[in-house]
Amino acid sequence: MESRNTQLAVGFFVIIGVLALLFLGLRAANTSFSANGETYKLYAKFDNIGGLKERSPVKVGGVVVGRVSNITLDGEYYEPLVEMTISKKYDEFSNTSSVSVLTSGLLGEQYIGLSPGFIDDTVEMLDDGDYIQDTKSALVLEDLIGQFLFSQGND
Amino acid sequence: MLDKVAALGKTVLDNIAGAGKAMVMLVRALIGKPQLRKSWPLLMQQMYSVGVLSLIIIIISGLFIGMVLGLQGYKILVDFGAEQSLGPMVALSLLRELGPVVTALLFAGRAGSALTAEIGLMKATEQLSSLEMMAVDPLRRVISPRFWAGFYSMPLLALIFSAVGIYGGYLVGVRWLGVDEGAFWSVMQSNVEWGQDILNGIIKSLVFAFVVTWIALHKGYHCVPTSVGISRATTSTVVTASLAVLGLDFVLTALMFG
Repeated sequence: MESRNTQLAVGFFVIIGVLALLFLGLRAANTSFSANGETYKLYAKFDNIGGLKERSPVKVGGVVVGRVSNITLDGEYYEPLVEMTISKKYDEFSNTSSVSVLTSGLLGEQYIGLSPGFIDDTVEMLDDGDYIQDTKSALVLEDLIGQFLFSQGND
Repeated sequence: MLDKVAALGKTVLDNIAGAGKAMVMLVRALIGKPQLRKSWPLLMQQMYSVGVLSLIIIIISGLFIGMVLGLQGYKILVDFGAEQSLGPMVALSLLRELGPVVTALLFAGRAGSALTAEIGLMKATEQLSSLEMMAVDPLRRVISPRFWAGFYSMPLLALIFSAVGIYGGYLVGVRWLGVDEGAFWSVMQSNVEWGQDILNGIIKSLVFAFVVTWIALHKGYHCVPTSVGISRATTSTVVTASLAVLGLDFVLTALMFG
């Protein structure tokens, strides 16, 4: 019986350990987006991406639909090229959609805001690997202050 | 003058020989034909004494460390109006650092010292030699189940520590200090990554489990078989294992998050 009690205790120990892992995985970690695998990629060129990082969220009206998966410099003029991985659940964006680099809150992290464009017979839908043409760059605080001072000087 | 140089040389040689002996012990204990039917009950017995009996200290210290993190984090974050970030602060510091490291330190003190003392006493009372006389390999019979028990138990203990700690942070942050419950969990979920944080924490605790158990077994198996020798070996287990864990933690953190 000694051995059976030992085995029971060890069994419960292992079960508690697995439960702790489940708790951490389901309650503490982000399993909602990265878990379901079906994604496609969109690209966008910006003049300035500000503080955007890999893994920053891509949001439509505040809802996370994907993440920034890669940031490189591209082309002759070294423009920042942002690769976005979007969930397959949302694959009906038209090519008149626009993206802009936004900031959550005054000092919060930066994310990409995607605004879906209009849809009629003449526009095409965005597919895997397409470029979004209409982009707005990040607001850089120093540039804003510079412009403000410049306009003050003109008065 | 030359005596001092010779003493230095002796220390270095002894250390290298010790590392070699530890390596040989580990390899001989672990490599060989697995005998599941014989080793399973032994493993269970050791899992019980190494893992289950460490559960209480792990749960209680996890709860208190989580609560302290919640309290201190709240005091700091509320100055910046960022008390919503309490959840990720508690969860990330537990999952990445405190869970594996504090568990390893407690494990070295609670289970590692016991392993060393037990094996050291077996050696001093010549039980290990008796086993060999009966054609039972003490490495396979005594060392191997203890090693695997430590190696399997510690990651589980670290996971339990982190989970309980997060709950402790939740108790203090949400229930006592009034951080919004929804924000606590949702900001935590958007900041904690399964692969980046939880998996790396598990890898860390596996490495620590390997190192702590190995050191404890080596110190016990190769101790001077006297009462003074056993007490020195036990102390040395806790000191060496703690230093190894803290040093390795820096290296692992630099590799994983650097």
